[in-house]
Amino acid sequence: MLALLLVVLTVAHDSGPLPAFGKVTLASPRSDGLAAWKKVYAVMVSPRCLNCHTATTYPQQGDDRHRHVANVIRGPEDKGVVALNCSTCHQSTNADSTGVPGAHNWHLAPLSMRWQSVNDRPLSSAEVCHSVLRLLDGPHLLKHHEEEPLVLWAFNPGRRPDGTMRTLPPLTHAEFVEATRQWVKAGTPCP
Amino acid sequence: MGQGRHAMSMTTVHILVNGERKTVTVDPSTPLLWVLREDLKLTGTKYGCGIGACGACTVHLDGVGTRSCLVPVSLVGDRKIVTIEGMARDPIGRVVQNAWVDNDVVQCGYCQSGQIMSVVALLKSNRKPTDANIEESMGGNLCRCGTYVRIREAIKSAAEKLA
Amino acid sequence: MNRRTFFRMSAAATGGFLIAMYFDFPMSAQEAAPPKIYPPDAFVHIMPNGEIVIMVNRVEVGQGTSTALPMILAEELDADWSRVIAEIAPAADVYKDPVVGMQMLGGSISIANSYQQYRELGARTRAMLIAAAADRWHVTPERCRTANSIVYGPTIQKAVYAELAEDAARRPIPEKVRLKAPSEFRLIGKPTRRLDGRAKSNGSQKFSIDLDYPGMKVALLARPPVFFGRVRSFDDAEARKVLGVVDIFEIPLAKGKGSAVAVVADRFWAAKQARDRLNIDWDLSGVDHADTSELRSRFNELARTTGKIALNRGDAKAMDTLGTDHRIVAEYEFPYLAHAPMEPLNITLRNDGDRAEAWTTSQVPDTQRQAMAEVLGIPTDRVTYHVGFAGGAFGRRGTLDEHLEREVAAVAKRMRGIPIKLIWTREDDVPGGYYRPMVAHRVEVGVGDDGMPSAWRHVVVGQGIVLGTPFEAFYAKDGIEALLIEGTSDTRYAIPNFQVSVHHPTVNVPVLSWRSVGYSHNTFVVETLIDELALRANADPMAYRLKLLDANAKRQRAVLTLLNEKSGWRNDLPRDHACGIALSEYHETASACAADVSIEDGRPRIHRVTVAVACGLAVNPMTIENQFQGGLAFGVTQLMAKGAITLKDGRVDQRNFDGYTPPYIKDAPVAVDVHIVPSAEPPTAIGECPVPLIAPAVVNALARLTGKRYRSLPLVTV
Repeated sequence: MLALLLVVLTVAHDSGPLPAFGKVTLASPRSDGLAAWKKVYAVMVSPRCLNCHTATTYPQQGDDRHRHVANVIRGPEDKGVVALNCSTCHQSTNADSTGVPGAHNWHLAPLSMRWQSVNDRPLSSAEVCHSVLRLLDGPHLLKHHEEEPLVLWAFNPGRRPDGTMRTLPPLTHAEFVEATRQWVKAGTPCP
Repeated sequence: MGQGRHAMSMTTVHILVNGERKTVTVDPSTPLLWVLREDLKLTGTKYGCGIGACGACTVHLDGVGTRSCLVPVSLVGDRKIVTIEGMARDPIGRVVQNAWVDNDVVQCGYCQSGQIMSVVALLKSNRKPTDANIEESMGGNLCRCGTYVRIREAIKSAAEKLA
Repeated sequence: MNRRTFFRMSAAATGGFLIAMYFDFPMSAQEAAPPKIYPPDAFVHIMPNGEIVIMVNRVEVGQGTSTALPMILAEELDADWSRVIAEIAPAADVYKDPVVGMQMLGGSISIANSYQQYRELGARTRAMLIAAAADRWHVTPERCRTANSIVYGPTIQKAVYAELAEDAARRPIPEKVRLKAPSEFRLIGKPTRRLDGRAKSNGSQKFSIDLDYPGMKVALLARPPVFFGRVRSFDDAEARKVLGVVDIFEIPLAKGKGSAVAVVADRFWAAKQARDRLNIDWDLSGVDHADTSELRSRFNELARTTGKIALNRGDAKAMDTLGTDHRIVAEYEFPYLAHAPMEPLNITLRNDGDRAEAWTTSQVPDTQRQAMAEVLGIPTDRVTYHVGFAGGAFGRRGTLDEHLEREVAAVAKRMRGIPIKLIWTREDDVPGGYYRPMVAHRVEVGVGDDGMPSAWRHVVVGQGIVLGTPFEAFYAKDGIEALLIEGTSDTRYAIPNFQVSVHHPTVNVPVLSWRSVGYSHNTFVVETLIDELALRANADPMAYRLKLLDANAKRQRAVLTLLNEKSGWRNDLPRDHACGIALSEYHETASACAADVSIEDGRPRIHRVTVAVACGLAVNPMTIENQFQGGLAFGVTQLMAKGAITLKDGRVDQRNFDGYTPPYIKDAPVAVDVHIVPSAEPPTAIGECPVPLIAPAVVNALARLTGKRYRSLPLVTV
């Protein structure tokens, strides 16, 4: 199931060749690293992450990544504007009875960390990879993925207003951290 | 569907509303809005949509304009809650309320508690809001009567009084 | 119900203590036609402390009549305006509209129909106060004068109204009274702030949703997913586990309109959670599953055939003699629209078995009270029906099948003795029906060599709103509903050969009047098409309209002339802006606007709107300004990208403001200046007038910016 999801995401978002399932090859550290990155990337462009790593002047919502309701905008510090900031609705934890997601310091990723192009499509695997490395080195990224409350939230996104569970990213948090670790260990290769 | 989210027990919750300590025994998943309206009889805070899209339920939590329809009372903690009923004792709140009356802003009036709570939150951090500031900060407060022109005017006249 | 109890109830409703001036005035039969001479005691209460409570004979939904009607009465009464309080009257015959003969808010009739009535009430009350004072001072009434709630005698005598009230109450009601000349007005015509401005700015104004009675319970309904579906069976085991649930049971909806499951609980949240946990098996057999895409093709096909002829002027065949280069064919589509007033529908009812008391904000209290009594099985006069302040209405609180009253009565029938507050959540309201009908128009225009329309053949397709209701007699004739074609059928443009025909398809979606009713779509069609003709003729849009208007269309001419004078900015617009013009009638009022529009983020940005209006005497110019500013914004609903209700397989696609999104501050006009044509003629409509103006004005501006014609609403792309 997991592999299938990955394949789907890979087809959708990556122009690179598909992993050759069933074909035994000797893994080099670089190809190990690239395989790990592919997993990391699949999470980064999942709606749970991408909706706030936008290139837009506003956050997005839902698996279809539509524009956030009620004219919420990015604002000067990526937290909305006064009287209509993120904490106007989002609390420090999920509010499952009303369907509002929440985590400590809810905010948009800065534009330098956007994982989507201006026309609202996820950036390619290579583009995200290079962007990440311009901002953080491997150990810092690993720490971000291990500890950042908003990253942790993505793996525990709570319930929608209709009571159903929000869709999870394609990996568990542990798998995501492990994939990040592998990638860092392999020297953070980019496709 | 979603049964796990339904709290089935009542809990005693202590909250601080308009400077007064209040104790209520409620289902902790209840949005603050309904605790204010039904348990504390503070009906100036209005229900409009229940999804944070209209702003009629806006209150302040530690000064932050907050949609009370979305915040379960269990998540309020020790933050100070101020509602429209507390605005008369707020120096900026008073000026804004007077500006609302002077500019004859209201029509049906149902959304106006929420509008005023948003304006006060805005003016507390920005005494000289530009047209763009007003439009962005008030961007999530719906008024079906369409009093927006006068809301803009009243905000500017309140800001002038506060200058 | 006798008058004495009536006043006691009225006092209880406000929580205050009122002294009725004419406490012992003999009670006329409750269900009789409205009297010619209205008893002042039903309208004016002079309190011992000098406050004067004026009863307003229709609900206040934001339109401002609860300020304007007291102004009119206080003018003739010479009351101290600073001590005047407005109270909304309950359902009772004496509060029926003097012209329509039923108690109602709709069609912007309030001031037009009650102007004379409230003047006379004020003048009669004043005459009775003067008579009491004259008696006391042994002078003739003619020698007394009044000002600011005081009667002055010929010398130094002086008495405040409050001290005269009791004496005055015993005096006969004078039949004839002198009314002031307009030159004597000190309140009428003066821009006056609303009486409810303070209470609505500090949270103290009580709306019906705010009412709280001891032991009150909240009821929510689980309504059928397809209109008029029925409950086959339901499992409430999980729902009943929610703490605070009192009872769960099936109720019938409005007559023959399916059934629902009612959840009654201590609090709103418990009721909502219980409702979420219901497992209902719906019987949807035998109900049509309306579907927008199917309706569109059906309506558009119908529009290509001539319907029932509503109007035929000149030669119906004139069109056929014109060459194709002299003909324009234009097809239009308009979606279902929800009213979505900010205060969701709600009503409170306590059923005591042999009598009942209700609190709500109805636009048509008479019929709704009757319906409630019918469900409860008691005579109408055993239902006390209080009307209060509503958080908006726009037509939604004037249902013709009295569904809300029937629903709460069905719940209260079972929950005897317990006040039941029935609330429609927003998720009940948006997909809940009772919409502005979906409409299709098809117009063929024959254009003469002078660029003016010589023939006009117009087909309108839409459900009837009043057909089959008690209102059919007012608004429909021979199965043709005037409400669907108003704005076209009454156009003042002089087009010699003019035909309007109508199709009323049956659709399983309940519809209702939506502020400005037929004008909301007809004015759009006429005003965008006229603009298109003006552009085609290379003419100034205002000059073109003036040329085309009927010579007797005085008000239309007056507003266009005033608008031209006040919108000099039209000639000085930035390059990426354009001005759009629209002209509209509503009943006897004419209004026109010029909108300064650009395109931002793919949406129309309405920088400024200048409005001219001819509405007879302007009773409260501030309210008129307010109504136009707000009503234009309300009209922008039609232009919103998400300004449509659509259906798929019988189910409405939109559930809340995320799916059906009314205008926010950035969508509405930034600035609106309103200019009133001075007049001493009797006042005419206001509330609906601005709504039809804005959409055609904006679209006419957009057409100038993009070269495109926009004939389908909502405006999904620009």
